[in-house]
Amino acid sequence: MTNRTLASTREAAGKAILDLAREGRDIIAVSADTSKSMFTTLLLDEFPERFIDTGIAEQNMMMVAAGAAATGKIAFAASYSVFTSMRCCEQLRTFVAYPKLNVNVLAGIGGFSAGIEGPTHVATEDLGIMRCIAGMTVLSPADAEATKRAVHAAVDIEGPVYIRVGRDSSPVLFDDSYPFTVGLPNLLREGNDVTLVASGIILSEVIAAADLLAEDGVGCDVIDLHTVKPVLHPEVILDSARKTGVVVTVEDHNVIGGSGTVVAEILAGHGEFILRRLGLDNTFGETGTPEELTRKYGLDALSIKATVRNLIDKT
Amino acid sequence: MKLRDDRVKRLKDQAKRVRADILKMTHDVGAAHKGHPGGALSAADIVTALYFEVMNVDPLNPKDPDRDRFILSKGHTCPVLYAALALRGYFDRSHYQTFRTAGGMLQGHPDMTKTPGVDMTTGSLGHGLAAGLGMALAGRIDHKNYRTYVMLGDGECQEGLVWEAAMAAGHFGIGTLTAIVDVNGLQSCYPVVETMQLEPFASKWEAFRWNTIEIDGHDMVRILEALSAAASITDKPTVILAKTVKGKGVSFMEHDNSWHQKAPDDEEYRKALAELGMEVDA
Repeated sequence: MTNRTLASTREAAGKAILDLAREGRDIIAVSADTSKSMFTTLLLDEFPERFIDTGIAEQNMMMVAAGAAATGKIAFAASYSVFTSMRCCEQLRTFVAYPKLNVNVLAGIGGFSAGIEGPTHVATEDLGIMRCIAGMTVLSPADAEATKRAVHAAVDIEGPVYIRVGRDSSPVLFDDSYPFTVGLPNLLREGNDVTLVASGIILSEVIAAADLLAEDGVGCDVIDLHTVKPVLHPEVILDSARKTGVVVTVEDHNVIGGSGTVVAEILAGHGEFILRRLGLDNTFGETGTPEELTRKYGLDALSIKATVRNLIDKT
Repeated sequence: MKLRDDRVKRLKDQAKRVRADILKMTHDVGAAHKGHPGGALSAADIVTALYFEVMNVDPLNPKDPDRDRFILSKGHTCPVLYAALALRGYFDRSHYQTFRTAGGMLQGHPDMTKTPGVDMTTGSLGHGLAAGLGMALAGRIDHKNYRTYVMLGDGECQEGLVWEAAMAAGHFGIGTLTAIVDVNGLQSCYPVVETMQLEPFASKWEAFRWNTIEIDGHDMVRILEALSAAASITDKPTVILAKTVKGKGVSFMEHDNSWHQKAPDDEEYRKALAELGMEVDA
């Protein structure tokens, strides 16, 4: 895609937290030496008393958030997705989700967005890990506007919310007319030949692929699975799959546990469909720019188009 | 001085009732449900002092935002917490019969969503101090003066997160946070000193900028003095290192780590209560 407008999802999240504080919500943010990168400095600058930095100590960050939430605070814990989902996994499972505390996790640099850091810093398992935790809401917004909406929604959701965001700039897909209802997948485009489903920033490649396929006369339903869990309206995906018969999921995540698995679970037992899950196939990623990795793992618009053509030409 | 003697006598008697109820709970639910009497008995005097003298709590208003908080980080010893809460009036003692039983209110480890008076869910060791730090910092943000007490086991202090929280609490100089370590010297398998030494223990806490007090954790006068001293220091967290005896109060349980997790049978229960000078409570 060319001439795209770009915006940072993690900056959008930081701004949204500040907005909530300005609205008078009882917000605190806890950081593990990640305030600048996760833009919680925006809150720190205006409401310094509402900001806590535990230093490079993610487990302590999550437990401080849990303890504060146990007193009634709306806590945001902001670090990188690889740490929030794994280093803080037990804290989130046992001390946040189990007691249903209002801790909202901003999980930065998810997927390929910080690919140059390599797999030590880039979570490609986080959505699956978080999805297994009872009562955990898992959001994966696709751009800055969607991120803002996700953060605003999170504070009123009972129990914890995990919000996966990216790193620097990602394509702006939506404006303030974007419909965001937790649990309701958005049918963004309609076509009769194939159903494309994605969550998070990689959705921009899917939309671009749908444009390319349209030029070939292939009509795509494009579904924005911003809520990875819970999918309260699976009929959006089921109805589309029944119409097209061919479903392709695209994720910068292991195909085990992420949005492809979500779709497989929804389709299971409801008929015969062709389902192709694109993503990391039981492998780690590697170092590279988001563009390089997206291409290498077949998740760029051209690769998605080729996959779809293959599937359709066979059917 | 007379008043203080009366107060101490009253608390010592109350601690006996807490011990008797720890035994009742673990005995009544039986071998299939077990429970951890050893580490509950070692903590009984301190928990009694907190709930029956020191903490500002109201059993009729367990969610009072201004209440003092208690976190039992060594959550497996919850019979001591459940006994204190029941005797303090948070819920009826008949709930002991459901301890560790499906559908019961008294879970195998403390659950803040199920048991009135439990301020924080705990169980996986090493987490309570960090949660207490969050509670204390939230109170500071809101200019509330409630105090947060966290009880840890000594073996538990082998967990790294304890020291993340200790470092941060010292850094933040959070005077409303008090940690109490039940130093009974025994962990699940072996003595702490053989498993992973903590000494020099007091100087570790001091190095993390904590006010550090060492006491005999079964001396009610010293317990009250230490808790009072902790409350008087406002610019640092305080840790009370309380030397205790696992199984304290029942001769055949003291120092015997087979009581880490085990239910007393009928005869052991009767014998233990007789030692405490308590009647068997059917």
